[in-house]
Amino acid sequence: MADKKATRQGYGDGLAELGKKYDDLVVLEGDLGHATGTLTFRKAFPERHIEAGIAEQNMIGMAVGLSKAGFVPFATSFAVFSAGRAFEIVRNAVAYSRANVKIVGSHSGVTPAADGGSHQCIEDIAAMRALPNMTILSPCDYEQAKVLVEAAYHIHGPVYLRTSREPMPIVTAPGQAVEIGKAQRLREGTDLCIVSTGVMTPLSMEAAEVLAAGGIQAAVLNLHTIKPLDTETIAAVAASCGGRLLVCEEANRMGGIGEAIAYDLLGRSPVKMAHVAIEDRFGQSGRSAELLAEYGITVENIVSKAKSLF
Amino acid sequence: MTTAELAAKAREIRQESLRMMCRAGSGHPGGSLSAVDILVALYYGKMKLSDDPGDEGRDRFILSKGHSNPPYYAILADKGYVPHEETDNLRRLHSPFQGHPDCNKCPGVDCSTGSLGQGISVATGLALGFKMKNRDNHVYVLAGDGEIQEGICWEAFLAAAHYQLDNLTVLVDNNRLQLDGTVEEIMGEGDLAAKFTAFGFAVRRVDGHDFDRLLAALDCREEGKPMCLICDTVKGKGVSFMENQVEWHGKAPDAQQLEQALRELGGEGNG
Repeated sequence: MADKKATRQGYGDGLAELGKKYDDLVVLEGDLGHATGTLTFRKAFPERHIEAGIAEQNMIGMAVGLSKAGFVPFATSFAVFSAGRAFEIVRNAVAYSRANVKIVGSHSGVTPAADGGSHQCIEDIAAMRALPNMTILSPCDYEQAKVLVEAAYHIHGPVYLRTSREPMPIVTAPGQAVEIGKAQRLREGTDLCIVSTGVMTPLSMEAAEVLAAGGIQAAVLNLHTIKPLDTETIAAVAASCGGRLLVCEEANRMGGIGEAIAYDLLGRSPVKMAHVAIEDRFGQSGRSAELLAEYGITVENIVSKAKSLF
Repeated sequence: MTTAELAAKAREIRQESLRMMCRAGSGHPGGSLSAVDILVALYYGKMKLSDDPGDEGRDRFILSKGHSNPPYYAILADKGYVPHEETDNLRRLHSPFQGHPDCNKCPGVDCSTGSLGQGISVATGLALGFKMKNRDNHVYVLAGDGEIQEGICWEAFLAAAHYQLDNLTVLVDNNRLQLDGTVEEIMGEGDLAAKFTAFGFAVRRVDGHDFDRLLAALDCREEGKPMCLICDTVKGKGVSFMENQVEWHGKAPDAQQLEQALRELGGEGNG
């Protein structure tokens, strides 16, 4: 595996590349460009990098206005602000209005470790899922973040793109194509279907290796698109894996992809399902490795939950 | 249009608005009637319009105080963007005339509004976008004096001045009442002109029911500064029993009240 890199960096690098291709792409930033990755774009295209200041609600509203002037805006902040603080603006001005605005939430999950629970957004998936018209993208690594920025650009309508500050191994190839709305098969298996999103995917790939060493062949489906949810593929792969399904996400279990998948599988072939997620509690400060261990965002926890299905 | 013609149009729009709300059985007459003359001045006097909503050259208007929509809808119907018979369908299922403006359902509506403050923010982004494209469209946004208690408005005002959006005009329908009482009682705003000036706006204060003064004020521009017109208005303007009455913020007239209102406005009864 290559060096570890964060999806926030992939987002920033992807934007800077796309800026050359698309002159209607603009980026809005809420004074967190050093952290969200957008300063790379600012350096290359200062006239298309718009500071909203520390005012995320107006950043989202202005993005809607810019979209009405013919631009494709990427409005960027920490997830806790872009999806959280500005939620009702996202709801009414973006989702309800079907505005062509891309909302980017970086520093999702508990991995913005040292900043503490105030800055660790564990509820953005639940909040964005609940909005009609919203497409939710969640890259699993640096390379996929770049790919999904371009995919988001081409979706005409509201998109939420979830990124992370945690450097993680890269499991996809540069430019590897994705089909929006389709789960991505990263590993074939026969005994267990692991469905994961975001930073959990590199960890799931590693866990699959550990499981294979113990004789369990796990398929890994990467959900780069959380909404719309590819229930068909998940159901089919789970069925082909003895009905064993393990869902992994770095988010609160309330309203996350685990609940979404469980709901969509109602009335279908029964599956035995386990879930790696944050157990309905807020984050806290600590070193990154400590946080990951404390909240079960680990290969060991994925392996342990996987084994519980046998 | 002459001043007299504008006044006649405003009477017609007031009557239509009240008929629409009476039929719907709900709505916001107070802030609708206070805004009528401003809307008429914009749509029949000032704005560069086009029959084609897709025409990129036209000016843009955003009704940020989205609850004051019946006169807006009446104007859009009068202008032919929406069939006139839809005025029977205010607030009804599948109607283009939703309880608050929906840009996906109503031709001529450029921005869905209703959640207060957001229209101001969107207008700011729109004006910034036109600047970035070197286009000369002007963006007008109408806000309520109660509405600007929303914090997002002041975030947007900061941005409008920061980006020197002299292609943006914020009109404040300063009728001094809101749902639960007077603005002064609920959340006093002090000297609005001073506040906007401090935020970097060019400010004019104008009688929001005087067409000549409204149109003159709408012509004002100051290079590098967004414009704010504080329009002093009367909530419920034109209907004696609604004027300056808090309780007419959000209830529709019944048939008898409508008849009286139309009579006062110089129209026929039996609406």
